[in-house]
Amino acid sequence: MALKKYFPVFVLPTLLAFIIAFAVPFILGLFLSFTEFTTVVDAQWVGIANYVRAFSNDDFLNALWFTVKFTVVSVITINVIAFALASLLTKGLKGTNLFRTVFFMPNLIGGIVLGYIWQLIINGVLQFFDVTITYDPKYGFWGLVILMNWQLIGYMMVIYIAGIQNIPTDLQDASKVDGANRWQTLRNVTIPLVMPSITICLFLTITNSFKLFDQNLALTAGAPSKQTAMLALDIYNTFYGRIGWEGVGQAKAVIFFVIVAIISFAQLAMTRKREVEQ
Amino acid sequence: MNGVTKAGVLKTLIYFVLAVVGVVFLAPIFIVLLNSFKGKFYISEEPFALPNDETFSGLENYLSGLEKTGFLSAFGWSLFITVFSVLAIVLFTSMTAWYIVRVKNKFTKALYFIFVFSMIVPFQMVMFTMTKTAGELGLDTPWGIVLIYLGFGAGLAVFMFCGFLKSVPLEVEEAAMIDGCNPIQTFFMVVFPILKPTAITVAILNAMWIWNDYLLPYLLIGSEYKTIPIAVQYLRGGYGSVDMGALMAMLVLSIIPIVVFYLFCQKYIIKGIVAGAVKG
Repeated sequence: MALKKYFPVFVLPTLLAFIIAFAVPFILGLFLSFTEFTTVVDAQWVGIANYVRAFSNDDFLNALWFTVKFTVVSVITINVIAFALASLLTKGLKGTNLFRTVFFMPNLIGGIVLGYIWQLIINGVLQFFDVTITYDPKYGFWGLVILMNWQLIGYMMVIYIAGIQNIPTDLQDASKVDGANRWQTLRNVTIPLVMPSITICLFLTITNSFKLFDQNLALTAGAPSKQTAMLALDIYNTFYGRIGWEGVGQAKAVIFFVIVAIISFAQLAMTRKREVEQ
Repeated sequence: MNGVTKAGVLKTLIYFVLAVVGVVFLAPIFIVLLNSFKGKFYISEEPFALPNDETFSGLENYLSGLEKTGFLSAFGWSLFITVFSVLAIVLFTSMTAWYIVRVKNKFTKALYFIFVFSMIVPFQMVMFTMTKTAGELGLDTPWGIVLIYLGFGAGLAVFMFCGFLKSVPLEVEEAAMIDGCNPIQTFFMVVFPILKPTAITVAILNAMWIWNDYLLPYLLIGSEYKTIPIAVQYLRGGYGSVDMGALMAMLVLSIIPIVVFYLFCQKYIIKGIVAGAVKG
């Protein structure tokens, strides 16, 4: 086919941009995680020393634990509420489009702006107890959970709505005729049939929660004393806040990448497995 | 009769729940809007109070915020970067995807795999090295960042275009080629029009990401050019104590363009989001 000769037109622009923005920085990043450096060119090989330092760094371990806790709580609350709202909005009631519009809107607002919106609200509420969000890490934790719920519920709800609308109505009717109650219909008919949507939503909420940065920076910036810093923020602070720790920052970033990659492959494996079963 | 009343009660209950949730969803934005009209020292004191004669400050916060953050130029840069990056991503990655799908060999297979792989790599992994590389190459400019966004956005976009192209039959393209079209003409006259739904999805997903992105533009061009998120964050970073009035006003100004865009393109946005999620 003649197309093959057109490589410079069709592929080269994307490929060049990709090499500069991603491929070179990725390989360089892997390499630098095994070195000590401040400006890339002065890199000195140190083996796994950076990884040892990363895993013995309290800030990093705290951020890792905080991120895991935050992800678990957010994923559960977001998906339960989003699924409940989606099932309310698919009952054929009038005016559901208006509600869908409202619930989805926060998803479009950027993380920095979201962070400051909720900082105002949460500090306003905490004022009645004479404290602020940075007084205790638990306020920052629940503040982030609330923020994340507000942002992602609408997004997940829209995906669940699409999933529920794909279920043939006669299946639900049939289960009613067979004498199933609401709960049985939900458990044995609706949920198995929207499983693909559930997998997608779980994956999206897990990765979005795990990689959270902007909202974290704007809402608490890690305060008090880095106790509410999540992984992405901790990596950022290590790079740009501590001279001589660049190598450790890069090692932390590689660890972060490996965790995210494992989550992604688990999701892929789950999707594949189910496709085989069907 | 009993059944009808029961259904009626249930319906009322559902509407009640939805209305309560709706209020909870809108309240934060409404509260920020209210506070943007209050004097800056009254905001933290009583954030939930309505503005009154004493606390109302008119447009003062907006004027001081615009001045302090350079919001108008930030809006301009956000628009510039988002529009050109999205155009570049849609144009170049759709061409690349067509090449990958139609020229099947080991090289294009490897290319596809690497693009897909890049989707799972978090930004922090390449944050430092990308900023250095781009800086070395003189790409720390608004045009340079467009190229960086093309590189970063390539993974998801190539993946989505390839997914769609695999289901497009070859016949039409072959007919165009036989009629004497070269591949470039074939792509723009025959293939690209077929790709339109996927192109809209790719454009929306990338526009949302780039418009709201903070860290990448901050690290790359933040010292010279501010985008909207950088301008908002600057209010906190640049001063000892935060000017809450200016902050509230800038939050409102940041939300308005998004809401307007959303209300006009809601159908495409929600469709695009669902399609993007299902494939991504």
